[in-house]
Amino acid sequence: MKCIKRASVAVAFAVAGFMAAGHALAAGEFQGVTVNVMTFVGPQIAEPLQRRAPEFEKLTGAKINILTVPFSDLYQKLLTDWASGTNSVNAAVFAPQWMVDYTKGGFLEDLSARVARDPALQEDDVMPFFRDFSQRFNGKTYLIALDGDFQMVYYRTDILKQLGKQPPKTWDEYLDIAKAANGKVFGGDGKPVAGSCISKKRNAQAYWAIISIAGGYIQSKGTAQGAFFDPRDFKPLVNNDAFKAALNVYKQSTQYGPPNEINLDVGDTRSAFISGHCALTLDWGDIGVLAIDPKQSKVIDKVGAVMLPGSTKVLNRDTGKLVACDKNTCPYAVDGVNHAPFAAFGGWSGGINAKASPKVKDAAYAFLSYMSQPAQANVDVTIGATGFNPYRRSQFTDMSIWKKSGMSDAAAASYLGAIKASLQSPNMVIDLRIPQNQRYEQVVLDTAVARFLAGELDADATMKAIQTGWDEITDDAGKDAQLKAYKASIGAH
Amino acid sequence: MQSSSRVSSSAASRRGSRRSVAANWLDRQAPYVFVLPAVLLILGFSIFPLVTSAYLSLMRFALGEGGYELKFVGMRNYVRLFSGSQQFHFVGVFRPPGVISIAVMAAAALAIGWWLVRYLRGGQRSVIGGIGRLIAAASLLAVVWLAANTTGDGGALGSLMVTLFYVVFGVALQFLLGLGLAYLCTLPLKGGRFFRILFFLPLMVTPVGIAYMFRMMADTAVGPLAPLWAWLGLGQIAWAADPWLARIVVVIGDTWQWVPFMFLVLLAALEGTSRDQIEAAQLDGASSWRIFRDVIWPSIAPVAASAVLIRLIEAFKVVDLPNVLTNGGPGIATESMTLHAFIEWRTLNLGSASAVAYMLFFVSTIACVSFFQLVVRRARGRQS
Repeated sequence: MKCIKRASVAVAFAVAGFMAAGHALAAGEFQGVTVNVMTFVGPQIAEPLQRRAPEFEKLTGAKINILTVPFSDLYQKLLTDWASGTNSVNAAVFAPQWMVDYTKGGFLEDLSARVARDPALQEDDVMPFFRDFSQRFNGKTYLIALDGDFQMVYYRTDILKQLGKQPPKTWDEYLDIAKAANGKVFGGDGKPVAGSCISKKRNAQAYWAIISIAGGYIQSKGTAQGAFFDPRDFKPLVNNDAFKAALNVYKQSTQYGPPNEINLDVGDTRSAFISGHCALTLDWGDIGVLAIDPKQSKVIDKVGAVMLPGSTKVLNRDTGKLVACDKNTCPYAVDGVNHAPFAAFGGWSGGINAKASPKVKDAAYAFLSYMSQPAQANVDVTIGATGFNPYRRSQFTDMSIWKKSGMSDAAAASYLGAIKASLQSPNMVIDLRIPQNQRYEQVVLDTAVARFLAGELDADATMKAIQTGWDEITDDAGKDAQLKAYKASIGAH
Repeated sequence: MQSSSRVSSSAASRRGSRRSVAANWLDRQAPYVFVLPAVLLILGFSIFPLVTSAYLSLMRFALGEGGYELKFVGMRNYVRLFSGSQQFHFVGVFRPPGVISIAVMAAAALAIGWWLVRYLRGGQRSVIGGIGRLIAAASLLAVVWLAANTTGDGGALGSLMVTLFYVVFGVALQFLLGLGLAYLCTLPLKGGRFFRILFFLPLMVTPVGIAYMFRMMADTAVGPLAPLWAWLGLGQIAWAADPWLARIVVVIGDTWQWVPFMFLVLLAALEGTSRDQIEAAQLDGASSWRIFRDVIWPSIAPVAASAVLIRLIEAFKVVDLPNVLTNGGPGIATESMTLHAFIEWRTLNLGSASAVAYMLFFVSTIACVSFFQLVVRRARGRQS
């Protein structure tokens, strides 16, 4: 009996050991295997993948080819490759929102089992929001998160000090600071700064900014209330006084922006901010780490970050008018201001082509897991050029990684504090994750807002254009199915 | 025995003649048989996509479980372009016509009417010619009407008019500059050979490279020419925020690339002009302008018209410059029809993309065939 017990314990250990060893990287395990991984041209996002691919090849023998395409082409390139059966792309790092369309076509490999038996990935260390939004769909894990995205407002601490202003809590305060700083010289290279730098280029990554501004006006009763559509009847929340207020803030900020701001991509506004030419900016987490890069930054230790500003008035969904915040209308307000931090984009995540050969799938998974493991990820999130922002618990708690990267305690506290506050907000706006979300946002919303900024449309016509465009997509896709998907994505009942 | 041999020989000759008939028939078919594979290949590559995109333009493409599905929607994709949700994008935003708009439309209607009447009264009229001219006249009137009703305050051009702007102004500018430079290079000036190579170089650069270069140069804030812009007092100019300035920057980039083509073709034509005729005119005391108008121009007109035609066909397809320079912005102000179709295609809205592509096909065909029939043939005819 003892013998049997001992034998079974030995077998259990052997199996456990085999399971663990199966996912520890073995030298030469993938010798001769080539994995084509597609992402966008970057340089961010592509940079860490390209930098770590040779490391990974040394470790495992797998050759990782990083293929890059412009951001605006990525969604379609992947779909075309997979839907047409070309399957030249074995894995990809893309926006987790697109997972909805990709899984519908059956193009993505279900990674649930692999993740479950991969202790090195430390899945529990990934913040719950990113696990749900960026990795899972319909209860299955399809993607490995490599990045955590929230939009925030960054400000120049030295400029605010000179102006005698506090970091903005509302969008009115944001405009007030932008106006006060715009065109003035605050040391640096002696050039006047722009009050506000927001990327507003069409067909790029600008269209999230309007939701970042509108969120605080539209959504006040928690995530499940939704900021894109009314979960009661799927009516777009883009044709009301709240959205109009956001459009006006957006347009006014352009008055205090650099020339040609509406043709600037995020890379341009980031470079303008860290080279000391902007007082305020609205961006993802990238600015925080770019600002401490001694090679590029002229604003080291002069940058603070806050959760997205909000509003003291919010939308009454029945009347379409703005009403003042009180305990009923804004249950989550802080000092009378309703904030709705926007998890814009969610964060770059990697998935695997379901049609890839088993060995390629194994190698692709091992590479994505390697990229996401704390040993690599906790270094990459502290490097500005990677475009990867914190998404693991350890990245918020282990301050030594930030110190090592050259970030001061004050800057780290401000930067991580803003992300943490956004992440913990019960009124967080979750990005659209319903079928054809890319068409709703990247085509209809982006085009209408670009026309508004160009002066082609006034605020009312812009809102009408977005509503008509969204309704048209909804009619095509089927309202009931879209509503069901939307309610599931925001946790509404 | 004799009869049997005669029978067999006649049967043999019948067989022989039948064989020769078959062989002759095969001989006659041989050219077709030999050409058939090439024809099928060409049809496969050119007609098949044409037919497929016509089919797609009547469909709605959607991703389904494990693949995709196509649903027939009739002319809905076209209707959207002209009167539906995409009207602003394709034909533009209409505004109430002002006095100038009405005057322009009236002048255009009168001019086109006079042109048609003159043709009908002329001796060379034909049914086909008449129908062709009617189509050209109707298209031109529609373009003038669209331009008059969408240009100016309250209106906005759609991708159709923006494309026509690039085509008409871009090609005209390229032709004039190309002709001027080519004419200068035929003069006995120092360094002519160097300038010939220099003027030719931009044609060798990829359009996307040119677009990036112009984007950097036109960046008045941080581009390499920023100090120059600042010195000129243009440091704060927001060209990308102004629809017309942005369109003009696109035309400048396009012109920089395509002037060399015009230059090259027109230089060859100018060098082929008879020196005897020019010298005879000079001896007669004709001025340079008279020599150019009456001797050189008639000689180069057929080549010039053909060069413009080739550029017209190319210019309708402009996509790289607006895409890289402005991504179609501000708003949709610099979006050409190809970029419009590309953006629709990028979101897998294949039906709408095909509908836009087909509209481009119609517009460019009408414009280019009209130009060929009314200008190129006439120029060639005059020469012969």
